[in-house]
Amino acid sequence: MNKEEIQKTIFQLLKRIAPEHDPSTLMPDENIREALNIDSFDALQFIVAISEKLKVDIPEEDYGKTATLKSLMAYLEKKI
Amino acid sequence: MISFKMPSLGADMEDGTLVEWRKQPGDLLKRGDIIADVDTQKGLIEIEFFGDGVLEKQLVEEGHKVPVGTVLALIRPTGDAGELEMPEAAPKAKQEAVPTEPPTQEKKITSPPVAEEKGKRIKISPLARKIAEMQQVDISQVIGTGPEGAIVKADIEKCLVEMKMAPEKEVVDKPAEVHQQEPLQQSAIPESEAIRRAVAAAMSRSNQDIPHYYLEKRMDMSKAMAWLKEANKERTVQQRLLPVALFIKAVAKALDDVPDLNAVWENGLQRKNEINIGFVVSLRTGGIMVPAILNADTLSIDAIMACLNDIIPRARAFKLRSSELSQSTFTITSIGEGGGDKVFGVIYPPQVGIVGFGEIREEAVVHEGMIGIKPIVDVTLAADHRATDGLVGGKFMAALNKYLQNPASL
Repeated sequence: MNKEEIQKTIFQLLKRIAPEHDPSTLMPDENIREALNIDSFDALQFIVAISEKLKVDIPEEDYGKTATLKSLMAYLEKKI
Repeated sequence: MISFKMPSLGADMEDGTLVEWRKQPGDLLKRGDIIADVDTQKGLIEIEFFGDGVLEKQLVEEGHKVPVGTVLALIRPTGDAGELEMPEAAPKAKQEAVPTEPPTQEKKITSPPVAEEKGKRIKISPLARKIAEMQQVDISQVIGTGPEGAIVKADIEKCLVEMKMAPEKEVVDKPAEVHQQEPLQQSAIPESEAIRRAVAAAMSRSNQDIPHYYLEKRMDMSKAMAWLKEANKERTVQQRLLPVALFIKAVAKALDDVPDLNAVWENGLQRKNEINIGFVVSLRTGGIMVPAILNADTLSIDAIMACLNDIIPRARAFKLRSSELSQSTFTITSIGEGGGDKVFGVIYPPQVGIVGFGEIREEAVVHEGMIGIKPIVDVTLAADHRATDGLVGGKFMAALNKYLQNPASL
């Protein structure tokens, strides 16, 4: 899976959680949860959805690496 | 004979629209069965029956709006010897009951037939139907892609997108005739507006009637967070626990210790036997829903988390059951997570208390003469001063803190 495909998947999953926002307007260093108004429950659902869709294991101690689009992309690229 | 009535799903509910009967005359009912879907200000609610019996007669037709307390159906109780109906007999009774209407003293509330029922009944999910009605979509024009060709939410949404793209004239022309006959049209105010009004009514009443008193306590979350970290290491991502699951269990246990707060104020303080924790779920479109986690004191942390995983998405999709909306005995709000360090709740009447959890964050804390960095949470209690005094509130906060310092005991 290339970078574009990972990003597309992330956007699809974010759109499902926060349908009223356009995830493609996210800045690379912006905090995703703050920008899209995602609470801890939806944040966990997002991690679950990424894990299932991309078949990666994201341990709890790595949650911090998923905070921004840039860090999440970098993290997933390494994992896949 | 049991008169099954339109339930009140909160202090602010005045009426509801019977959207769909899930059980038909002759159907055998057991405890917890969902009898009907009712449209309220809080969305489409599944109405449950808590008993055993046979649905004898429906008294309100689908699509009709009736006040709280209106008899919706007559149910013949079973369970007593001699009155038990064999399950095999139920379908037969059903066939007989539909065409021949037995004379009863209750007048059946009738409504003009909905257009779709003139011909073949259209299969549509309750949520899709609800959205279609709100958005005035003619469902006879929608192609269903769900099970057995049923129309599902996605089909309506697709239709709405197409409607937006189509010239306006087309949208108005086609369904006009249908909607003249739609009894639901009269209440077709936008969902977010209906919820806003419901919240406004309940909170105004609370502020007018309830003399709130407030307590606040900073609680050390070191042990709780360490416990969660260890617990989550052993769990798959789908099973992981959130701090809020711990909060709910700790509050339930503290209420067990201080039962005067697990109560309602209705002509005096009335304690409740069950501890059902209402949990505030904010909706992305504005407004809140407060579904209850029933008997939270008896559930494990994993069971509470499973309950949240089930109930939060349903609350956001307006798909809750009547017991989940009407039976909470105490409320938790957890606005934390960046929204606020502290939250001071407004009590949901007729309950007598609400506890608020702020954001869990690291702060400098003085402990045994030393300053250290610890995760903390600011917890507040708003309680009804008619029902309890600060001393009771203080006992509750101390008990809650005790449980959060001993997460393994939860």
